[in-house]
Amino acid sequence: MTTLLADTTLVESTLVQIVKTLVIFAFVLAVVPMILLLERKLLGRFQGRYGPNRVGPYGLMQPLADVVKLASKEHSTPATAVPWMMALAPAISTFTAVATLAIIPFGDTRRDGLFGADYGLYGIDVPIGLLYAFAFGSLAFYGLMLGGWASGSKYSFLGSMRSAAQLISYEVSQGLALLGVVMMAGSISLTEIVEAQDHVWFILPQIVGFLIFLVAGFAETARPPFDLPEADAEIVAGYNTEFGGMRFGAFFLAEYIHVIVFSGIATAVFLGGWHGPGPPILDPLWVLLKMFLFVLLFIWVRATLPRPRYDQLMAFGWKVLLPLATLNVLVTAILVVLL
Amino acid sequence: MSWSPDDSVIKVQRGPEPGGVGGGYRIFGETLRGLKTTFARLVEGPTTIEYPEEKTPVYPRFRGRHKLQRFEDTGLEKCVGCSLCVAACPADCIRVVAAENTADNQVSAGERYAEVYEINLTRCIFCGYCEMACPFDAITMGNDYELADYTRSDLIFTKEMLLADPPEHTPLRREGE
Repeated sequence: MTTLLADTTLVESTLVQIVKTLVIFAFVLAVVPMILLLERKLLGRFQGRYGPNRVGPYGLMQPLADVVKLASKEHSTPATAVPWMMALAPAISTFTAVATLAIIPFGDTRRDGLFGADYGLYGIDVPIGLLYAFAFGSLAFYGLMLGGWASGSKYSFLGSMRSAAQLISYEVSQGLALLGVVMMAGSISLTEIVEAQDHVWFILPQIVGFLIFLVAGFAETARPPFDLPEADAEIVAGYNTEFGGMRFGAFFLAEYIHVIVFSGIATAVFLGGWHGPGPPILDPLWVLLKMFLFVLLFIWVRATLPRPRYDQLMAFGWKVLLPLATLNVLVTAILVVLL
Repeated sequence: MSWSPDDSVIKVQRGPEPGGVGGGYRIFGETLRGLKTTFARLVEGPTTIEYPEEKTPVYPRFRGRHKLQRFEDTGLEKCVGCSLCVAACPADCIRVVAAENTADNQVSAGERYAEVYEINLTRCIFCGYCEMACPFDAITMGNDYELADYTRSDLIFTKEMLLADPPEHTPLRREGE
């Protein structure tokens, strides 16, 4: 087995790094409203209705109207709240979500010198790879936790308590589910994991790991059916009950970037990343297509499944997912050693 | 003699106990079934009727806004101001003031006519009793249900408004629709 860490021999110029950063950031910020609209439209269709179709042709201007509405709204602070923490929490959420974007590989390392330099089609290829994603995933939870606690409202507090328990529980299973892939690829760098899927995508040998990762991913992104931190039927809106205007918008943005990040990681780890037929120029398109499929799955599942009870969520996480993930890791480890 | 259950007793059918491997399998299966159901809705397309542009057709006997009728040949009003509708109205929303027809002011076919005929639609319960009480079929229930307005006084329909055709016709549901 070679080194577990990424190949750091590729040195990019500062200019290339700045350009890459801007492109990825701008692209994702442009994609989030599209996903927002797509989600509302598709949810409507899944429920036998049209979805938003009043603003602009086919309702295409709806996200714009939403953003203008959010930006022009005031944000109120409850008397019991801690104002500076309420301002900090959405910032933490958004920052960690955006930071995780950096490691999603959209393509291979190019040494053709298009910009007069070598470059890789990803933000950064950090040596610690997946650990980076998990680190920022854990930090993101501070956004929800602080937001809920600083609001000084019982619903928000309940929501943040739930998110704390849920994120910690499912992070374990999610990490273990990825461990099988890490063992098979012999690396924790996302680009090298993708390169290891040259012949067969890891979704086939690691189908159990994929399913666990998927379910845990729904919980990690706090999306339905695991949206207990913001279960609107029970605790109003959980951690973001007291947030209004663009602060709520930041939480919202973070949630959707989390979905994109999850789709990106799942694409890279299980669906072969940029691998696909066609010349290498199509690589980013393949990644985007696969990510898009995951986003569709998120919406489809949201339209279908009801929210489990809180104890069911915990029982499922600890009694089903965790043993299954552990077993998956054990079996993979044995097979990797034997074969 | 002890009672013995016969065929008419329906046994309660219970689902399988939750949990275990079978439970896990069923959860997975039911999840897929749910996904299939929502996907079928996606394929089926929306069932929404986009209301202001597209109106729900009403049945022929739908009781909507009232209409006062005229004779088609002479153009005279059918209402003779007998106030039977007023008597029949359970919501007490009709007001009729009758007046005598004269030779140079022949409004209705009978001896008298309704000088004032008002229906307060904020009070009307659309029961159709006025229609049934009328001996001359002078007042009938139309099909229009779009009766919102900004002030209450605008909803007191006068005789002129009730005689005139409604500005928009509500689509009528066809046979078998």
